[in-house]
This record gives sequence, structure tokens and C-alpha cells, in this order.
Amino acid sequence: MDFGFTTAAYVVAAVLFILSLGGLSGQESAKRAVWYGIVGMALAVFATLIGPGAGLWLLSLILIAAGAVAGVYVAQRVQMTEMPQLVAAMHSLVGLAAVFVGLNAHIEIGRVAEAYAAAGLAFPLAEAGKPDPAVLDQFRGFAAVVAKKTGVEITILRMELFLGVLIGAITFTGSVVAFGKLAGRLSSAAEKLPGGHLLNAGAAAIAFLCLIWYFNTGGFLPLFLMTLAALFVGYHLIMGIGGADMPVVVSMLNSYSGWAAAAIGFSLGNDLLIVVGALVGSSGAILSYIMCKAMNRSFISVILGGFGGTTGPAQEIEGEMVPIDSAGVAAALEDAQSVIIIPGYGMAVAQAQQSVAELTRKLRAAGKEVRFAIHPVAGRLPGHMNVLLAEAKVPYDIVMEMDEINADFPETDVAIVIGSNDIVNPAAQDDPNSPIAGMPVLEVWKAKQVFVSKRGQGTGYSGIENPLFFKENTRMFYGDAKASVDSLLPQLT
Amino acid sequence: MSGANFAWRVCDVEKRLLRFVHPRVMMAQENYRGDGVVKIGTPKETTDGEARVAMTPDSARALQKLGHECVIEAGAGKAAGFSDAAYEAAGVKVLKSAPGVWKGVDLVAKVQPPSATEVKRLAPEQTLISFFYPAQSEALLDKASKTGATVVAMDMVPRISRAQKMDALSSMANIAGYRAVIEAGNNFGRFFTGQITAAGKVPPAKVLVVGAGVAGLAAIGTATSLGAITYAFDVRPEVAEQIESMGAEFVYLDFEESSQDSAATGGYAAPSSPEFREKQLEKFCEIAPDIDIVITTALIPGRDAPVLWTKDMVELMKPGSVIVDLAAERGGNCELTVADEKIVTENGVTIVGYTDFPSRMAAQSSTLYATNIRHMMDDLTPENDGKINHDMDDDVIRGATVTHGGKITFPPPPPKIAAIAKPPAKAKPVELTPEQKRAEEIAAFKTQTRNQFSLLAIGGGLILLAGLYAPASFMQHFIVFVLSVFVGFQVIWGVAHSLHTPLMAVTNAISSIIILGALMQIGSGSWLVMILAALSIFMAAINIFGGFLVTRRMLAMFQKS
Repeated sequence: MDFGFTTAAYVVAAVLFILSLGGLSGQESAKRAVWYGIVGMALAVFATLIGPGAGLWLLSLILIAAGAVAGVYVAQRVQMTEMPQLVAAMHSLVGLAAVFVGLNAHIEIGRVAEAYAAAGLAFPLAEAGKPDPAVLDQFRGFAAVVAKKTGVEITILRMELFLGVLIGAITFTGSVVAFGKLAGRLSSAAEKLPGGHLLNAGAAAIAFLCLIWYFNTGGFLPLFLMTLAALFVGYHLIMGIGGADMPVVVSMLNSYSGWAAAAIGFSLGNDLLIVVGALVGSSGAILSYIMCKAMNRSFISVILGGFGGTTGPAQEIEGEMVPIDSAGVAAALEDAQSVIIIPGYGMAVAQAQQSVAELTRKLRAAGKEVRFAIHPVAGRLPGHMNVLLAEAKVPYDIVMEMDEINADFPETDVAIVIGSNDIVNPAAQDDPNSPIAGMPVLEVWKAKQVFVSKRGQGTGYSGIENPLFFKENTRMFYGDAKASVDSLLPQLT
Repeated sequence: MSGANFAWRVCDVEKRLLRFVHPRVMMAQENYRGDGVVKIGTPKETTDGEARVAMTPDSARALQKLGHECVIEAGAGKAAGFSDAAYEAAGVKVLKSAPGVWKGVDLVAKVQPPSATEVKRLAPEQTLISFFYPAQSEALLDKASKTGATVVAMDMVPRISRAQKMDALSSMANIAGYRAVIEAGNNFGRFFTGQITAAGKVPPAKVLVVGAGVAGLAAIGTATSLGAITYAFDVRPEVAEQIESMGAEFVYLDFEESSQDSAATGGYAAPSSPEFREKQLEKFCEIAPDIDIVITTALIPGRDAPVLWTKDMVELMKPGSVIVDLAAERGGNCELTVADEKIVTENGVTIVGYTDFPSRMAAQSSTLYATNIRHMMDDLTPENDGKINHDMDDDVIRGATVTHGGKITFPPPPPKIAAIAKPPAKAKPVELTPEQKRAEEIAAFKTQTRNQFSLLAIGGGLILLAGLYAPASFMQHFIVFVLSVFVGFQVIWGVAHSLHTPLMAVTNAISSIIILGALMQIGSGSWLVMILAALSIFMAAINIFGGFLVTRRMLAMFQKS
């Protein structure tokens, strides 16, 4: 890099970004951490604008301002329950941007090669550091960097931009599909085109052939074909993943967008891009890993779509679902000393978090111990429930993780399950043939009494029968989660 | 008596005669016998001080619904508060004399084991339902079997969920536990509950319940609801949960032993090891001076009661303290207990050794016992048609039957269903010796080191390989990349679970660092590059602002209570 100041600013920005991610270890420090991120980003953009990106800086500024308006508008309008969709949509933007930047790099190589050819010189250069000054003068910015490269460097550059475009394209269509599923515009069920994984494998094979082709010719066609194949893989891969696995998918796409940025960073020779891309990529990978562990599933099986096949008939469920009305629930809550609420996606769908928070306040005011049990994969985004409860001003110190609270269920008088299903399914422990066997679950059935707020008798999202609903100490509280909780409120003193 | 009944009686006499003459005919006739209605009779209890009765007007009504006919000896329910008139009102035939009851019925239901006279009255085809304690009364058992009668011992009902409704031992123990507290209160000169009154402060009574079976738990419940501070002890640590659920504090021993698995002994306690006993006595000595009331309920099936509350402990107690020994009948848990008597020691401690607690609450205990009997009859008459079907394949009936068809059928084979489900393969944390622990740690450390070394070796090798071919400019970036991945992994592990959504939003915002690439390209001069770069800048900008703003919105919402 020719700009000392820019490099220095990049170092500072990189440190700020690391601090920003590290600061998310606690609620209080997180508020500070966001500012680190903002300052780091501002510094990075500013340093680039006055440095290697100085060309057309005015246009850049105008575009940034326009993007800012759109971004602020979206960020202020979005409901907290729509957070998963928003994050997925944003990933698609990063993915698309990575594709464009990668294509640009390809175009620049072509232009530089043309210029050398016009000057009657060989390109790539035979020897490093000895570019033709006349040709070099024609180029500014990134193209000038390209113009100095030797043969090996150009090959590596091609590989990098190829990878960047590939990952970017997968991220793009994958995120769009994830967005569609989360926003309810696409069916959340796992769908596959006939051929299933063979199609994915075929597309991957095409991409690989294109890579070899591209190295040998440097033409645009293989790059283009590969982009199409990658777009298809992104689409088909995420279509094949059921809605219940969305937390993993979103964090996986997050990871991909990071790796795409890192690959582009390599091709542009920009260390900050590499650093940040690697940070984002590894953080997304770890999040995915944590999510998979919470579901007791291997990362591969989640990525390759849907639940694994069952190994035998599911356990017969005995008993029946016993419904209860709001008066019955209210009476039980009046008598209870300790209450644990287990929210799930149903709470988010019904926008019931405010009502649940109000219920919590009332119960706490009556001197009862109220806590929330959050399963790691509750909702459609890692930590989704925490955000919703925080929005409704539920204090975060009564919101517990699964491991913290699971042992407390036997001493709990009432457990209220609001719109969650698989994460409280005892079959995960009892039935080795269940598709979710071995997945850690919240042991709500050990509470003295369990109320399940649920819209109907269906099996819900994953289609797995839940023996909890048939247990003796379980009562079904049918209805929309928000309406149900609201009907409870006036009956509590 | 109706005409139909009369006809039946004649028929019955005929059958009896037939059987008497020819045993084979008797067997053949057995199937026909049920044509009529089974008559259930309850004589007056002959044991001294026994106030209970095995049939109440209510249970008689229920028995009649099952298709049976009921008779009772005059005055049998008097001590328990049930008059003959009440029985007659319930459709029970009241007979004047005990022999009349014994002779005229097919099934005799009573409370106490039959006396020698009563056993002699048993006829070959009769069934007797009562407490029997077959393990302790072999002679009686022998005599009973010789009469050819079937004896169903209520104390032998297996402890499985299905049989709980006829578990008379439990219902009697429940009453005994309650009554023990009441007796203690009767002999204790103070309040149970602590009070602060204008006339001074009253400390709450401290009650120790030893043995948390049914009686113990009932005692705990009664004592806590009276306001006492209740402690409880049991050799089975798994009942600590039940004890605490009743509101008492479990007295833990500082002792590591392979804990007793009561599931293997049908829910009863088994004798404990000498070391355990020593610790237990030590603990009791330590707390004895503070305890006002001790209620001991420790019994081990088929053995004398273990001595848990020694003379020393009694001497340590304050004057005015009370000990109620529910195990008095079997020698007592307290060393000084005298069965059936209430004594006061030299240091003023009252020791209640009554053995008839259920009988002291005869109305309640008769009601429960009669209901237990009714449930037993329910199982014996599965069709509700008044026919007794003595199904020896049924776990409950087989377990409770001690003589049948002239043979002793005690002890029963182990039931097919375990009384208490074994705790589902609890991963028992194996206690490791320090050396083992150390060895394990070293082994774990070694594997970890080995893994790390091999990973480092492979990774390092790959990087070196790349370095051989790749140009220096690439390697510089590559090192930055590898280090960043490493930093990323280290940093993200610390992120709080609840902040995963903000983390995603932040990383999303940060990943729009791709804007730098677009910024560098936009000025390159080619219009195509410019347009693509411009689009990228626009999209990345949306992401930057949207991402950070949303994150801030989310984080602002997190607040402490």
C-alpha cells in the first residue's frame, strides 16, 4: 500500500472492530462496543476515501449518503420480531456487493491486459516491480495495483476473485431465500428439487470445472457460468433447510459474507478487508457451531438440509391433550410461587412479548418468582427471544439460559410454554427414534404444572409430535399467544 | 329376605354338601358357584383396644354396587362411630353374633389378624381379608392354610402404582403420622408456632422426624402446618426432595456411601452400614439438645425396629420435650420406649410408645381401611357382577394372597413390574481418587497437547507449502488472514448467549467493509466497473447504517431489573 496514513488508519480500525466484537460479552459493555464498530467503520471509509479510493470521491460520498438514508429508514421502521428477516436481507446485500466487486476485479485485469497489449508489452509482467510507466499512468486506484502484478500474482488474484464471487453469489441467493422463508413469503418447509443433493453436487462440479477453465483462459464466460451455478447452489441449499434450522442458516450466511469479504480483500490486496472478513467469517462459524450443538446435530446435516431420517417408528403417545381456559390458568398462577415462562417463535409471531412482559410485571408485583427459560435455538435467530423480551422491557437478569434453569423445573409451580414446541419436547430424551433424539431440551414437564399456549392441536413447525402436550400435568391453553396472555391479565389481581 | 335370596341359600347349602362329600366335585362346582352373590361379612374386632372396623356404611354401599351382599356383626362399628342403624340404612344386614357372621358369608373382611378362635371358624371356601403379617406369624399362617380358606393379607399388597388404592399400610401410616404429631402436641407444653405477643416472645417448636416414609411425611406435613420448624432424616438420600417438598429441612450427614437404592427394596429402607449408623448417631447427638419433639418412624420390613434415638440423646434433650415412637410395636426406635405406654424420663422427657395410633382415630382410619378393602374387592370382582375371580396371575392379588386352596402361598414370587421405576440410568459421577484424577488430567492434557501439536504441524506445513509457491505479496496477506481468523475465534467465544442477535447485526454491519473494495474500484475509469462499484457502495452503505442502528436499538433495550 502506498499510503502510510491509510495503513495506519486501517490498523486502528481493525483494532476497533476486534474490540467491538469482544465487547459483546456483556450487556453493558455491548453498548460501548457498538460505538467502537461505528468509529472503526467511519475511520476505514474515511481513510480509503482520501487514500486509494480517492477517485470519484464525491460520487462515493453521495452514494454513501443515499445508502445511509435507506439504511436508517429501514433500521428505524423494522419491528423487533422482524429482526431475522432484516439480518438475512442485509446479508444478501453484502453477498451481492462481493459479487460485483469480484467481477470488477476481473474486468480490471482485462483492461490492464489490453493496455499492455496496446503498448506491445507482455502482461502479466515477467518480473515483479518493473511495470511499464507509460501503461501504469493510464490507471489509477486498484487497476494500478493490478498493472504491477506478475504472472503468479495474477493467477492468485484470479483464484481469489473467483472465490469471492463464488461465496458472494451463494450468500446472495441463500440470504434472499432465507429472507423469504423468515418473512413468510416462502414456505418454511424444507423443499428440494428432484435430484436433491445431486443437483447441488452437480452445480459444485460445474463451478470447479469453471475454475480450471478460468485459470487457463482468463475469459469472462467461465466466471459467469460459475456465478450462475453458485447462485443456484445458494438458492437450492437454503430451500432445502427447514424453518426450524433458520438460526443456523442465518449465522452460516453471516459467516459466508465474511469469507467473501476476506476473499475480495485478498484480490484487492487490502488487509483491512481480510482482517474484518476473517473476523466476521469466524464469528459466524462459531455461532453456527453453538447453534448446532444446542440442537445436537452436526453442522453438515443441518447444511445438507432438513432433519435426518428417523431410525424407526416414533414412540406411541398415550393420553390426551386437555384444554384449559384462561380462568383456570389465572387461578393456577395466583396459587403459584414460582413461574417459568418458555417463549418460542409463536410469541414472536403473535407479537405477544409486550403482553408477556405485562404478565411478568403483574406476577412479580404479587411477589412471585418469575423467570424466563431461553433455549439456544428458540426463535429464528440466535438470541432472538432475548431481544424480544428486552424490547418489552423484561429485565435481562431474570432471563435464563437453558443450562442455568433446567435443574430448577422440579421446584417450579407453573411453567408456561408460549409458542415453543421442539425445544420442550420430552421425546428428545425419551424416544431414541425421534428425529430430535439427543437434542438438549428444556425439561418443562418436570414442573408441577405446565400450560402450553398454542394456536391449535397441530404439530407445528417441524411436524414432530410432542408428548409434552399429552402429559398429565400439562394443560393446553389454545388460542393466539397475544390474545391468550391478554385474557389472563385482567383476571390476575 | 326376598324369595330369590332364599333360593340361593338352598342352592348354596347343596353345593357345600357336595363339596364336603367329594373334593373333585367341589372343584368342578367352583365355576358355578358365582351364579349367586358373594356375601361379605365383617365381625367385631376381638383384639383389645381395636376401635377400627373393616366396613363402613359408605363402603358397604359401594360393595353392593359391585354386586355383593354385606353383613356385619352388631356393634362392630360402634367404637369407630358407626351405629348399627347407619349400617342397616346402608342395606347391611346386622347379625347378632360373631359366629353367625363367620358362618354365613363367603368373604370375611376385618382389620386385625384373626385370633386362634377366628382361624378355626374359617371354612374351606371362605376368603379372609385382613392384616395378617405372614412373615411374623408363621403358626397362624399354617393354621389358616390348613382350613383350606383363602387369606388375603392387606399388609402384603405390593407397592406398585396400580395397587396404591388398596395399600392399607400407607393409609394407616398416614394417619399414624398425623396422630403422632397430635399426641406430641398433647404432651408438649408449648405452642408449635413461634409468636411474638404482648406477653412475650414464644419460640417455635423444633420437630425432628426420623424416617420419611408415608408416616414420616404425614408427620412432617402436620408439624409444619402447625407452625413448627421441622427437620427430617432418612437413610435414603433420594427422599430429601420429598422431605423438602413437605416443608421440612433434610438433615444431611457428612457421609459418602453408595447411597441406598430404595427402588431395589420396593421403596422401603434397608439396613444401613455400621459406619453410616455411627455418623447418624453422631449427628443426632449434636442436634438433640435443640429439638423439642422427636417423631421416629423408622421401620425395616421384617426386622426389629432399629434403635436410632439412644438413651444418651434422650438425656441431652430439654425437660418438657416429647418423643413419639411410631415403631414401638417392633421394639421402638428410641431405646427407652415402652410399648403401649407413655412414660416420663428422669430429666422430664415424655416418651409416647403407643402402638395403636390408627385405632385412636378410628373413624378416619376405618373409612380409609374400608375403602382399601372395597378397592381390593373391586380387583377381585373384575366384572362387577358379584363373582369373585381369584386371579393368581395378577401381581397384586397374587402378592397379597398368603394362603389359597389349602397351600401357603407366601412369600409371593417377585412382581412382574418393579415397584418403583429404576431411576433412568443416572450417570453416576464416579468418585475418583486424587491419583486417578491427576492421571486423568495428565492424560487429557497430553491428548490436548498432541492434538494441538498435530494441528499446528499440519497448518504450519500447509502454510510453508503455500509459501514455497506463492509470491511474497500473497503471503503477507495470508498471515494477516490466519491471524484474524484466530483472533475472531478467540473473541467470539466470550460473547454472551443473549447477545447473539446483536452480534449478528454487528458482524453484518462490519461485513459491509466490502465497501472499501468498491471505493477503490469506482475511480478506475471503466464505466462498467464504475456502475458495479457504485451499486456496491450503495448497498454496503445501507448495510453499515442499518446494521449499526439496529444493533444500537437492540442493545438500548437490554436493562437490568
